[in-house]
Amino acid sequence: MAANPMNQFNVYRIGPEIKLGNVDISFTNASLFMVISTIAILIVLNLGAKKKSLIPDKLQLLAELSYSFVSKMISDTAGTKAKPYFSFIFSLFMFVLFCNMFGMIPYSFTVTSHIIVTFVLAAFIFIGVTIIGFIKHGLGYLKLFVPSGVPMVLLPLIVVIEIISYLSRPISLSVRLFANMMAGHTMMKVFGGFVVSLGIVGGWLPLSFSVALTGLEILVAFLQAYVFAILTCIYLNDALNLHH
Amino acid sequence: MLKKIIIKFLFSFVLITKVQSAESGGMPQLNPEFWISQIVWLVITFGALYIILSKIILPKISDNLESRRSQILENIEIAEKQREESEDKIKEFDKIILNSKLEAKNLFNEARQKVLDDIDKKRSELEKNLEEEIEIAEKEIQNLNKSSAENIKKIATETSSGLIKQLIGEEINKENISSIVNDLTNNSKENRKNV
Repeated sequence: MAANPMNQFNVYRIGPEIKLGNVDISFTNASLFMVISTIAILIVLNLGAKKKSLIPDKLQLLAELSYSFVSKMISDTAGTKAKPYFSFIFSLFMFVLFCNMFGMIPYSFTVTSHIIVTFVLAAFIFIGVTIIGFIKHGLGYLKLFVPSGVPMVLLPLIVVIEIISYLSRPISLSVRLFANMMAGHTMMKVFGGFVVSLGIVGGWLPLSFSVALTGLEILVAFLQAYVFAILTCIYLNDALNLHH
Repeated sequence: MLKKIIIKFLFSFVLITKVQSAESGGMPQLNPEFWISQIVWLVITFGALYIILSKIILPKISDNLESRRSQILENIEIAEKQREESEDKIKEFDKIILNSKLEAKNLFNEARQKVLDDIDKKRSELEKNLEEEIEIAEKEIQNLNKSSAENIKKIATETSSGLIKQLIGEEINKENISSIVNDLTNNSKENRKNV
């Protein structure tokens, strides 16, 4: 019995050790689930995009609904200027969503429960958004840190706070997803452990908790993917339409 | 019973957490052994996903949605057109129905008028005929009245002269008899009047 609820997050090598120079880039269980998620997304969406019937079937509806869902999310938060970044945000949303959802299968691995994965995604978004901001507005992008209508006395303080909040974006974005995933899966593992240790007599209570938690975690899996995507849209909105 | 279960539950929780804290060596997430591998595979998979989605799949879905939208708009337009047409037709039909109703009313009125006229004409004709016939009949009656009085007088005179001849056996002047008859009839007339 794997009593340690953290064991599920262990990364281990699958197949041979692959070294690129001095760096270990072996195929691991994390890589496996990234590949599985990617392939699953591509299969589902490709099947959904293949048929061009006027009245869609289930898969086509799924593909078109997710398309219009993300499209609406982007146009609502970042406006029409964000259209060129639709593909990226769509891929991001689907990737996070599928990784989260595949993590809900027992004995699987949750890619997004690793801080390094979410941090790389968040850092990429942060750097990308910052570059876009400077390209669109030049040095005027720095006005983002100077909110309008603030008294001169408070300005130095506000600017410092704004800069800190801007720089903490990648951390908050990545930690939010990672912590949610890790906490949920740890909790489920703990309650699953209770079911076994309390046996047939007392195991029913944690079992019912486990069932409820599974539902909750599926909700969280969707919600965190949504939050990740919508925060990306909001950051993009800051870069595209400078409001301050 | 319930208390026992709860106590056992809480106890096992303490037990398990103790065992776990003894076993665990921190979070595997913070072990940098496979960080680079994860980053590399993330870039590979996510990059592939992004490229395939943006170049192949998303344009297809977008095309599908666009064609459906235009198709729906087209259909709506056609439906709108047909609705207008049918509304026009309904108006036309209403007009036709109204016209035919009016026509029917007119025809009916005309026919009624004609019938009434006919009836009037026939009635007046009939009345005229009747009046004429009544007049003729009245005249005849008058004539009859006149002539009957004369005839009766004549007959009375003849019979009385015949009777006298038989009774007495001699001829009496007819004029005398007729004057007597006249007197008698006048008397009887007066008597009838008095009665």
